Amino acid sequence: MLDPAIIFAGVLNGLLAGGIYVLVAVGLTLIYGVLHIINFAHGSLLMLAMYAVFFLWRLLGIDPYVALPLVIGGAFIFGFVLYRLLIGRFSHGRDENILLLTLGVSIVVDNAALLFFGGDTETIAVPYAGTFVELGAAFLPLPKIISFVASVLLCAGLGIYMAKSDTGKAIRALAKERHGARLVGIDVDKLFAVSYGIGIACLGAAACLLMPTFYVTPSSGYAFVLVAFTIVVLGGMGSFTGAAVGGFLIGVTESLGGLFLGEQLGQIGISLIFILILLFKPTGLFGGGR
Amino acid sequence: MRGRALLLAAGLAAALAYPLLVPNYLITVGMLIFFTAFIGQSWNIAGGFAGQTSFGHVVFFGTGAYTSTILQVTYGWNAWLSWPAAMAAGAAVGWMIAVLSFRAGLRGSYFALITLAFAEVFRIVSNSVPFTRGGLGMLIKADPRPENFQFRDPIWIYYLALLLCIVSILIAWQLTRSRFGARLVAIRENEDAARALGIDVFTEKVKVLTLSGAMCAAGGTFYVQKYLYIDPSIAFGVEKSVEMLLVSMVGGAGTIFGPLIGSVALTGINEITRWLAGVVPALKNVQPLSLIVYGIMLMLIVARLPDGLMGLFRRSAAKPEQRRA
Repeated sequence: MLDPAIIFAGVLNGLLAGGIYVLVAVGLTLIYGVLHIINFAHGSLLMLAMYAVFFLWRLLGIDPYVALPLVIGGAFIFGFVLYRLLIGRFSHGRDENILLLTLGVSIVVDNAALLFFGGDTETIAVPYAGTFVELGAAFLPLPKIISFVASVLLCAGLGIYMAKSDTGKAIRALAKERHGARLVGIDVDKLFAVSYGIGIACLGAAACLLMPTFYVTPSSGYAFVLVAFTIVVLGGMGSFTGAAVGGFLIGVTESLGGLFLGEQLGQIGISLIFILILLFKPTGLFGGGR
Repeated sequence: MRGRALLLAAGLAAALAYPLLVPNYLITVGMLIFFTAFIGQSWNIAGGFAGQTSFGHVVFFGTGAYTSTILQVTYGWNAWLSWPAAMAAGAAVGWMIAVLSFRAGLRGSYFALITLAFAEVFRIVSNSVPFTRGGLGMLIKADPRPENFQFRDPIWIYYLALLLCIVSILIAWQLTRSRFGARLVAIRENEDAARALGIDVFTEKVKVLTLSGAMCAAGGTFYVQKYLYIDPSIAFGVEKSVEMLLVSMVGGAGTIFGPLIGSVALTGINEITRWLAGVVPALKNVQPLSLIVYGIMLMLIVARLPDGLMGLFRRSAAKPEQRRA
C-alpha cells in the first residue's frame, strides 16, 4: 500500500484539478440543460480559449489571471456568434444531428489549430509557478490554489447570477418550459444564444485558470471532452450541483488513478466511470430524467 | 434500371482496369479509396441503415487488427486463418457493446458517446498490457508471399480492397431488400413505433452491431497486413472513427453507395490539398487542411443535405427515384 501522506496529497491535488473541471462541466451542463443539445465541441473550444490565453501572454505579456475578464468576454461573444450563425440555425430535428454538427465544429477547430499553431506543446512560465504552499504533508503549487479559489468564486458568482438576475431567471424558465417561456414574452432565440455564450464563457475562464499549470496542444480538446462529459453524466445532465460534485469526484479519481495504476492505465478510471454510469444510472447522481 | 446496370458494369470495368494503367502511387490511392469505403460501409450499416450513430467504431477496427496480429506474432497462426478469428472477435465486441448499451436503453447521442468511451478504454488497455506490447505497438514480420497475406505487387492488395468494397456493397444492397433491413430502417425512423409494430428492437439492434463489428474487424486485419504495424493510437484512436463516420455521412448515410462516394470525395480532397500544399508553401501541413474541408462538409451535410452526396445525385437525376423500401 501507498503511504497515507501520498494519498492525502493525491486527493488534495485531485480536488484542486477538480475545481477547474467544475467550471468546464458547468458550461457543458448549462448548454445541455437549457438548449437540450450535447455540445461535442466543448473540448475543442476550451483548447481554442487556452491558445487565446497563451498568445495573450506570449505576444502581449498579459498574465493569465489578468486576462480573465478579457477571455471570458471574448469567449462569450464567440459562443453567442457561433450559436447564432451555425448551431441555432441547424439544431432542428434529431439530437444526433446536433452531435454531428458540433463534431464538425470540433474537427474544424482542432485542425485549424494544428494548421496555424503547429503541433507543439505550449506552456506559460508564470513567475510564481515554482512557489509552493505546504498543507499538512502535501506541497501544493500556488497557481493551482489560486485557480481553485478563482474557479469556486466564479461558479458561485454564476450560481447567484442564474438565481437572482432577470436573465438568469429567464434562462431557468426556458430550461423548464420553452413554450411557456415564449408565451410570457421571453425572447427565446436570443436567450438560447446567451446561454450558449455563457457556457463558452465558462470555458474561457477555465482556460485562464488552467494555463498557469497546464499545457495546450491542438489535441487538448479531445483530452478534455471525455472528462467533461463524464463529469456531467456522473452528476446528471443539466444539474449544476451534479456538475460541481462530479468535477471534484473526477478530479480525485484521475489523481488517485494515476497514483495507483500509473500514468498510462490511470486514465482508464474516467472512461470506465462514464460507461458504468451510462449503463446503470444514466440519470446520474443529481439528474431528474433524461 | 437498365441504365443503372450499365453504369455499374462500366464502373466495375474501370475499377478493374485502373491499376493496369496508372503508376504504383495511384494504385495505392485507389486501394485506400476502396478500403475506406469498406470500413465506412461497416459504420453505415449500423449508423446509416439502423440509425445507431457511433463515435467509437474504431473499437472494432482495432480489435480485428490486434486479434489477427497477436495470433500471428505470438501464436504463429497463418495470416489468412487469423482473419476469420479477427472477424469473430469484432463480432463478439460488437455483440457485447450492443447488449450492454441497448439493454440500458441508450439511444442517439448517449449511444454515440458510450462507443467513444469504449474505444478509449480499449486504447488505454492496449497501451498498458504486455500481450499487445503496450505503446510500442506490434510488427508483423515482412514476408511478402500470397500465402502470408502479404503481396510484393500493390496490384493484389488493390484488388483485395476492391473485393472487400464490393462485398460490403452487396451486404448493404441485401439489407435494402431484406425484411431485416426494413426492420432496421423502421427502428431508425421511429424506434417506439417500430416496437409497437411488433419488431424486437433490442435483438435487431444487437444483430446489426454484431454484423458491423465483424466487418469493421475484417478491415482492421486488412490494414495491418498492408502496413505490417499496429499501435494503440492507430488501432483505437479517434481518427479512424471519425473517418468512417465522415465518409458515410458525406456520401450519404443509409445509402448503398454512400460510403464509396464519400471515400472518393475524401481522397479527392486529400489530393487537391496535397497539390495546394505544393503550390502554396504556407500550407505545408496537408492533413489538417483536408480535415478542415471535411469538417465543413460534415456541417453542411447535416444542415442541408441529410442524404449526403447521394441525395444530391438523386435530386439532380431527372426521374424521381424510388426511395429505399
